[in-house]
Order: sequence, then structure tokens, then C-alpha cells
Amino acid sequence: MFREITIGQYYPAESRLHRLDPRVKLFGTLIYLISIFIANDIWGFLFLTVMLGVVIGLSKVPFSYMVKGLKGIVTLLIIAGVFNLFMTPGQTLAQLGPLTISDVGLKNAVLMTARMIFLIIGTSIMTLTTTPNQLTDGLEISLAPLTLINVPVHEIALMMSIALRFIPILVEETDKIMKAQMARGADFESGGIVKKAKAMVPLLVPLFVSAFRRASDLALAMEARCYHGGEGRTKMKPLRYEEYDKRAYVWIVLYLLVLIVIRVVF
Amino acid sequence: MSLILDKVSYKYSTGTAYEVTALDQVSLKIEDGQFIGIIGHTGSGKSTLIQHLNGLLKATEGSIYYNGQDIYDKDYDLKDLRTQVGMVFQYPEHQLFETTVFEDVKFGPKNQGLDDKEATLRAYEALRSVGFPEDYYDQSPFELSGGQKRRAAIAGVLAMKPAVLILDEPTAGLDPKGRDEILGLISDMHKKTGNTVILVSHSMEDVANYVDRIIVMNDAKVYMDGTPKEVFGRAKDLEEIGLAVPEVTYLMMELKNRGWNVDVSATTVEEGKNEILKLKGMNA
Ligand SMILES: Nc1ncnc2c1ncn2[C@@H]1O[C@H](COP(=O)(O)OP(=O)(O)OP(=O)(O)O)[C@@H](O)[C@H]1O
Ligand SMILES: [Mg+2]
Repeated sequence: MFREITIGQYYPAESRLHRLDPRVKLFGTLIYLISIFIANDIWGFLFLTVMLGVVIGLSKVPFSYMVKGLKGIVTLLIIAGVFNLFMTPGQTLAQLGPLTISDVGLKNAVLMTARMIFLIIGTSIMTLTTTPNQLTDGLEISLAPLTLINVPVHEIALMMSIALRFIPILVEETDKIMKAQMARGADFESGGIVKKAKAMVPLLVPLFVSAFRRASDLALAMEARCYHGGEGRTKMKPLRYEEYDKRAYVWIVLYLLVLIVIRVVF
Repeated sequence: MSLILDKVSYKYSTGTAYEVTALDQVSLKIEDGQFIGIIGHTGSGKSTLIQHLNGLLKATEGSIYYNGQDIYDKDYDLKDLRTQVGMVFQYPEHQLFETTVFEDVKFGPKNQGLDDKEATLRAYEALRSVGFPEDYYDQSPFELSGGQKRRAAIAGVLAMKPAVLILDEPTAGLDPKGRDEILGLISDMHKKTGNTVILVSHSMEDVANYVDRIIVMNDAKVYMDGTPKEVFGRAKDLEEIGLAVPEVTYLMMELKNRGWNVDVSATTVEEGKNEILKLKGMNA
């Protein structure tokens, strides 16, 4: 069941998006995030949907694989949606006992749910098409100006890439531990919430032990190879802009402009 | 009473770029009371195969029958199957979690629904039978050496008294003495109780010494299936798939090459010794 987790994972394929410089993708993702909040009516979202569809097509990552990541947050989406639906004041549309649905509430609920879904799919396209290494490199360069105000950019980027790298390892580990405990008759599925929480102990203890062990092994291995932070460090594959990277920047800016026009005109 | 696999196939990560066929149309019949060794090079599907036998993995295709019942039937009790088909995994770190070794070994029996007294008794018996030092019963399982952890993990499964015992490389990381102890113990237990034992191993010597049937896995398929003599009689084929025959068998082959009249099907040191002694007797 834990194998479903695809957040932050890379999906190998040969596509234009995979080839794109990570800095372009980071910039694109930032613009996309802003654009989700610029769009606030049906036309804006229609445009967003079409553009997202095009990008998904370009990425060559199966759509089914992408939405797997959504499964985990369905409950969260529903709860947030329901709260928005019933708790927002405004003109009453329907009355269900003590609960009222207002026009503003309905609009907010729909908008917010749509935004969350767009947010997750959009950002997962970036991580699915970019290896953690590229992502860190891109982030490190893009955030480099912040070192002037003493932000440890290299360290942050490194932590992020380690975290991303560890997700699949821990997922695999969880799977193995679950199997080992199920082989001894452990039951992770049935029972009420208390029983389920208790059943987690035989899973979580070995998982934490192994995570700490791996972390200290990694720290030791880095030290043994004289790792001392980002200063003076060179790259084996430095990032270089190609022609199509530049064209991609133009497309991204155009996209934002169109969306602003839609918002202003309609 | 037996375990039957009927054209079982298994794929990891179906429908993604990472799809791997780990089992391809595997059919096997495992009779009660056999001591079986499974060999095959890294990634040939051994671990995947054994995880099907207690229903931890569900075959993508094919069926599995335990004592005549289809384990994929809707109302088949998989939890019960897992207590009858006990499995010791490759890494003991994956199962030790309690505050003391003793409590950890009681985990399985307690899941079987036994009361505390019975579980304590089972844990005590199991720990004793794997030769776990008594002074460490109340130690945290995380503060043990690798070999002790492994014993604790094996005890944790033995305490459930499974009818079929599966061990995935139980001797990896043990010193030669520890290895012989663990395997000797499993073999003794097999002789005493007559239960089925399945041993996954990378050591041709271990397999030759203890088992009475060898299943060779290669590239997700069963490549050979027979007695140690039959399997190790095909040295060329085994070498082709990255395996080997026991050192003793190589020695016998070399002696034969040099014109000595020995039986090349000797697979254990004992048999090799007898062959050489026979020669001496002949020459003297
Ligand atoms: N959890 C998993 N997800 C994806 N693929 C896997 C997984 N586990 C195993 N595989 C793949 O399935 C194939 C068979 O693996 P398996 O673990 O059964 O091999 P094995 O014979 O036990 O090897 P070893 O001797 O190294 O333990 C390999 O190609 C492996 O890469
Ligand atoms: Mg294995």
C-alpha cells in the first residue's frame, strides 16, 4: 500500500520536458503556482486545464501514474472542501438542518479544491521529469543570490535532495518491514483506530531505527570523502542553457500574459 | 498436504517504466517433509518466489494451493496461512522492535491468539533451540551482534511452530561456526519434527550438505529441479547461469581428469573423503 507514494519521485522517460534545464522548470513551476491564483473563473481554469493537458502530454509520464499521488490527499481535499462549503457566510443557496450552503461558500469550495488538485499535479510534473540531482543543482543556482543575506543555499539544496532520495528507500524499507511482521501474524488492516495505531508500533520502531542508522551511515560516508559544504565545489555536469531552454522561457511568459488577459477581460 | 504453485507469474510495478517480471510461469509441487534448497544468482526471483508461499505477494497470474485449498479464495484466511508457513527474512533488522528479545519472540505466538503463559513458554523454547545466550533474554534487540539478532529473528518465527519453515539466506553475515550451528539446528529440527523446510542460499556447500531437493532459479524461471546429485551433475549448465558446484565436486572432477577413478557426483566433504579413501585402499 505504501508503494503508492509517488510524491517527489522521478519517472524516467525520453521527453522534451525531461531534457529541459531544471532552472526553466523551476521558473515554470513558480509561474504556474502564481497562475493558479490568478485564474478565478471558468475561463481561467479552462485555459489552465488545456495548458496542463499539453504539458502532461509533452512529459510522456502516464497520467494514471501522476494521479496516484492524489490518492493520499483525497481525504484532506474533502475535509477542506466541506469546511469551505458550509462555513463561508453569504447568500443562502440551500439549507440542510443547521448547515447552510452559501453562494460564496460553493464558489470557494470548488475553487479551492480545483486549486489544490492543479497545484499537486503541476508540481509533481516537475519532480517526475527532473532527477533529484538536477533539481538540487537548479535550485542551488536559482537561489544563489540569497547567499548574500547569509541563507545557506547549498545546504538547503543538499538537504532537499537527500530527503527526496530517501523517500523511495524508506518506502521500500516500510514494505519489507510490513512483510516481516505480517509473516509473524501482524495485522495492519482490521480493527478500530486504537487497534490500528497499536499495530503500527512493530512497523514504526524498526523503520525509525533504520532511518537513523542510514542517516548516520550517510553522514559518515560523506565525511570519509571529505565533504565540507558548497564552497569551492565544482560540478561534474554544470548546467548550460540550450536553444530550446530559451524558447521555453518565452512560452512560460506568454502563458502568464494570456492568463492575465483572461482575468482582466472576462 | 502440500504446497502447489500452478503457473505463477509475478510482475513488480506493473504498468510503469520500472516493470520487472520477477516470476514467469513457475509451477512447483512441494511435498510435506521435504528439505528444499533454492539457489540462483542475484535477482533471479528467489525472494519473490518464497514470498508467494505464505501469501505476502499476490501472484499477477496463476494460483497457489496449500493443503488443497486455493489461497487466493475470497474467504481463505491468509493470516492463518502465515502462521503455518513461517518465514524468516533476509534481514533481522526488519522485524525486531520490542524492548527485550524475549518480548520480541513472543510477538508471533501472541498474534496467534495464545495467552501470555503459553507465549512465554513458546518463546523460551524457541530461544533455547536456536542457542540464544540466556543472559541476553532481557537485552534490547537493537544492542545485539549481527549473529545474535539473526538467532532472535529465527526464534521469533520458530515460536509460532510453523508446519513449513522458509528461510531467506539465514546465514548471511554469520561466521563459519555460527553458520554451521544455525543450519545444523534447522536440519536437526527438520529430522525431529518432519516439517517442510525451504532454504534460500548462495552457498552451494550449505545446500549440498543439508537439503534433499534443489530448485535452481534463473531469470524468473525454474531452471532445474532435482536432487543435489542431479543438479550438481550439470556443472556446465550451472556455470552458464552464474552458479557453481561445491568445491568438492570440482576436486572430484579434477581427480577424474587426471586419471583417478573417482565418482564425480560426490557433493559433500564426507562423500569426497570416502571417494579418496577408496582410492587409497585400491592403491595400497
Ligand atoms: N520491491 C521491488 N520492486 C521492484 N522490483 C523488485 C522488487 N523486489 C525485487 N525486484 C526485482 O525482481 C527481481 C527478482 O528479485 P528477487 O529479490 O526475487 O531476487 P533474488 O533471487 O532474491 O536475489 P538475491 O539473491 O539478490 O536476494 C529482480 O530483478 C529485482 O530487481
Ligand atoms: Mg533475495
